[in-house]
Amino acid sequence: MAYSDKVIEHYNNPRNVGSMDKSDDSVGTGVVGAPECGDVMKLQIKVNEEGIIEDARFKTFGCGSAIASSSLATEWVKGKTVEEAAEIRNTEIVEELSLPPIKIHCSVLAEDAIKAALADWREKQGLDQKSDTA
Amino acid sequence: MKTPIYMDYNATTPVDPRVFEAMRPYFCEIYGNAASRTHAFGWTAEEAVDGARAQLASLIGAHPKEIIFTSGATESNNLAIKGVASMYADRGDHIITVTTEHKAVLDSCKALERDGKRVTYLSVNEQGFIDPQQVADAIEEGTILVSVMTANNEIGVIQPIREIGEICREKGVVFHSDAVQAVGKVPFNVEEMNVDLVSMSAHKMYGPKGVGALYVRRRRPRVRLTSLIDGGGHERGMRSGTLNVPGIVGFGAAAEICAEEMSAEIDRTRGLRDRLHAGLSAELADLSINGDLERGLPGTLNISFAYVEGESLVMGINDVAVSSGSACTSASLEPSYVLKALGVGDEMAHSSIRFGIGRFTTEAEVDHVVDRVVGVVNRLRELSPLWEMVQEGIDLSTVQWASH
Repeated sequence: MAYSDKVIEHYNNPRNVGSMDKSDDSVGTGVVGAPECGDVMKLQIKVNEEGIIEDARFKTFGCGSAIASSSLATEWVKGKTVEEAAEIRNTEIVEELSLPPIKIHCSVLAEDAIKAALADWREKQGLDQKSDTA
Repeated sequence: MKTPIYMDYNATTPVDPRVFEAMRPYFCEIYGNAASRTHAFGWTAEEAVDGARAQLASLIGAHPKEIIFTSGATESNNLAIKGVASMYADRGDHIITVTTEHKAVLDSCKALERDGKRVTYLSVNEQGFIDPQQVADAIEEGTILVSVMTANNEIGVIQPIREIGEICREKGVVFHSDAVQAVGKVPFNVEEMNVDLVSMSAHKMYGPKGVGALYVRRRRPRVRLTSLIDGGGHERGMRSGTLNVPGIVGFGAAAEICAEEMSAEIDRTRGLRDRLHAGLSAELADLSINGDLERGLPGTLNISFAYVEGESLVMGINDVAVSSGSACTSASLEPSYVLKALGVGDEMAHSSIRFGIGRFTTEAEVDHVVDRVVGVVNRLRELSPLWEMVQEGIDLSTVQWASH
């Protein structure tokens, strides 16, 4: 299987790897996927008082495309408002990374991870979640 | 040391240069059709084929007339299974095989099921073995064939063929073994193993691709097959088609070299395999062997690197050619059915790598592979949320995963 240059680049130099304090109220954590399916993504966002995502971190167990999708997702959410981040679609990730059809589920998982992190943050803030529960 | 390093000898092997030299004259100089009876071109070709037939027969303790040349082991497996099912249809309609067989066996059985035959698929234990008693228990009135592979292509485990053969012999059931991974690598004698049909392949034993063989027992008992390919009545009528003379010559030469060098080669490849295993184990925690090193092929090492996904590992060690049981390396998104059959959990299948060591593998290559794998596994574990959870003391089996 040939990987696109962008997938290889993210795999070799993943952005924003790491973890933030889960118990911090300004941090939203999303963990999606399952080990028996071959992918687990953990994506975290740190949201400031203006509702802007000022930092993001990820860790991923999965294939190169899953690692690249989550690395890209952290890059994209940084600097966005929580509303803007909720608008990121998996199809944009597919396009940016030139993922083949068999790897589309990796992009879906990355979109789910963003949504799960946002939902966790909203819950911590005591906000209504109906706008972005996936 | 040249890169990329080839460590996938279970998939295929390079042609041994000595084999290539043996084949060379049979393209442009000795090009006769082995079936031509009227001139020297044909006679010379036939002599070469007979020589190769004897070389291969000698490797497995068979009579040369019991060797049927085919296009490869997929054809041999098809011919054995479908040929027996058709020839012995009046005796019964039941076949016994194992869940971890090669697809050429499983898909042949599935095709027969669509034609109304009944197939029992025996399950294996956690190391990948069946117990001969399972075969004895599964044999019934209408059982006409038992097919159990000798050595597994993914995990290398060697089944108790001799004992299974004894049971089949006693019950009067034809016994076939796909011995593609075993013949040429470990001692295999058709009399000692009590087998009636054996599939073999040249390219797994340093011969060329496109040539296989089926051993078909002629005496005690005589096994008969319905042919799949009809035509000129070649190969005792069991497999028509002009013989691939250079390929067959190569197969014979490969068999002879394997026979001569087998015991030294077993020691050498096992030594390298153990060096690889020891090197990885010394540097990395949480490895698990799939299969059984004691009762397995000397050159096969299938390991799961917990908390790391196999395809991402393969991608990282990009100057080493290995294969993975990870779903992502297959077209189906399903992890290896062989590893799943061991019942070790899908997550371990996703984390598995098969290393295949062979005749031309060197110590320096093994050491390089250890370095590369250790580096990439450590890097990917730093990236793995599972590894992080385990370091925090979380038991992964208690986690409620959000499936997707």
